[in-house]
Amino acid sequence: MSMIEAAGVHVRFGDRVVLESVDLAVGEGEFHGVMGPNGAGKTTFFNVLTGRVKPSRGSIRLGGEDVTGLSPHRIAAKGIARSFQIMTLFDEFSARDNVMMGLPAFRARGLDIARAAAGDRRLTDQATETLSGVGLADKGDIRAKDLSYGDRRALEIAVALAQAPRVLCLDEPTSGLGSDGVQRLAALVARLKGKLTIVAIEHDMEFLFSLADRISVIHWGQVVARGTPHELQQNEWVRRSNLGKFA
Amino acid sequence: MMANSTTSSDAARLVTPTMLVLWLVLATVPLWITRIGLYPYLGIEILIWSLYALAFNLVLGTAGLPSFGHGAYFGIGAYAFGLCQFDIVANLWVCLAAAAVVAGIAGALVALFISHRRGIYYAFMTIAFGQIFWTLAIKSHSVTGGEDGLLKISRLPADFGLVSFDLTDNVAFYYFVLAVFAVGTAILWRLVHSPYGRVVAAIRQSEVRAAHLGYNVWLYKASVFTLSAALSGFSGGLFAMAQLAAFPDVMSLHQSGYVVMMTLVGGGLVSFWGPVIGVFLFLTARDVIGALTNAWMLYFGLLFMAIVLFRPEGIAGALSAAVQQHSINALRRRGTSAMRLLVGGGR
Repeated sequence: MSMIEAAGVHVRFGDRVVLESVDLAVGEGEFHGVMGPNGAGKTTFFNVLTGRVKPSRGSIRLGGEDVTGLSPHRIAAKGIARSFQIMTLFDEFSARDNVMMGLPAFRARGLDIARAAAGDRRLTDQATETLSGVGLADKGDIRAKDLSYGDRRALEIAVALAQAPRVLCLDEPTSGLGSDGVQRLAALVARLKGKLTIVAIEHDMEFLFSLADRISVIHWGQVVARGTPHELQQNEWVRRSNLGKFA
Repeated sequence: MMANSTTSSDAARLVTPTMLVLWLVLATVPLWITRIGLYPYLGIEILIWSLYALAFNLVLGTAGLPSFGHGAYFGIGAYAFGLCQFDIVANLWVCLAAAAVVAGIAGALVALFISHRRGIYYAFMTIAFGQIFWTLAIKSHSVTGGEDGLLKISRLPADFGLVSFDLTDNVAFYYFVLAVFAVGTAILWRLVHSPYGRVVAAIRQSEVRAAHLGYNVWLYKASVFTLSAALSGFSGGLFAMAQLAAFPDVMSLHQSGYVVMMTLVGGGLVSFWGPVIGVFLFLTARDVIGALTNAWMLYFGLLFMAIVLFRPEGIAGALSAAVQQHSINALRRRGTSAMRLLVGGGR
């Protein structure tokens, strides 16, 4: 059984069809890349997976459970975490507090008004451990907005990882990173690979082809090619398109 | 922002040293206020409006929701207090609870309609609902007394079973309001620094991220608005006691604007205590500058404009920045002295 399965997902905004019968099945522990030109519908597809956009038709199943059309907070609680192409952090909070917000144990206390949020050693340790995993162990006290661009990218992923997700959706995680940053991120994703089901939209083909188990190519709202990186290198459409030069 | 202006040890406390000092200073007010040409009633007003502004700041400062019709809940609380003592039971605790509950219900009803909105749409909806409540208060003459207000509201005694305190005297009432203010600030402090308060502050920074972390953003926005309305209504109940009446003017748009102005001038966006500073300045300016000229609001308006232009973080923010700068300068001076010693030692 697939960990996440999209079947016949169709999205239209007014007269404009953005996604048309998109199918995707990602197995447990698989790293599945999604690529395609700008405006192809990749981020919309992510938004459907994570509840920001309700599909006009089709279904999304998470571990066999139908989660189609659920709100983002319900889908997040069921185990789909995401990062954002345009970084979306709690800028005034420290890096540690950003991560803490993602911890399921903190979320369970979200409506608690009687106790202080600060001073829970267990939560602090968990947040610090998550930060260590992305190389930010010594930057926990720095406000998110004061971190470097690369560190903010890493924090984006740390916040999503803090949710202990079953599926991690990464929306262009290398966007804006220099070569060092991309290498650091690739090393992080390589460590996560196999432990977590990952779906990543990415324009950096080198990054994607070196890490992904399978890749789907979306164009004009449809999946036009799918396969392992090796298979995609042989795919006629990919070879003819601009994407082929990276493959 | 707010969390960063607070040390983590203070955030974990129910009562902080700042709170204690403030309460102690406020406890001395009746001893000297008349000597400086002012009067205890001003102290009562400052405390009640401070509690109201702190409650309002849950929505504006903590949640980042622009509510410009909050006077409605303050007024509803005042009417509920009066009507409770006239028509249900003349008991202080029951009537104060009624003020909070009725205003909370009104706030919850409004929150149902506005909590999926944000920004300018949210602000306009709060104004629209505020105006509806204000109009209802003026038009429902048989219930609220219309533009004349609800008169002859009593300062009910604070009955603790074995002992009962008469609150008709302004000084006695001041100390009662101070006790309520102390409890109120401790509760609000804890609320703001609780996991709930942190989630609300996170929603202020990014609703999208909060939702994708599993937080029901609508529920938090609706609940914080309801809580704020209930506490504003509670303050309104106290205000009805202070004024011995409830009037519709506190529900008007321009009076709702006062609490926004007080909160922003004081620095409610960056400090828990900002609204208290703003209320103190506003009401003191009204009485001190107002004694010299009817155009006192012109001067306060100029101050407001100057703060928005040059110190948008308000007075609390400016004070905090000054303290930080002082600490940095002190460290630099110490560093320079240490360097001189080192250099001197080298010689």
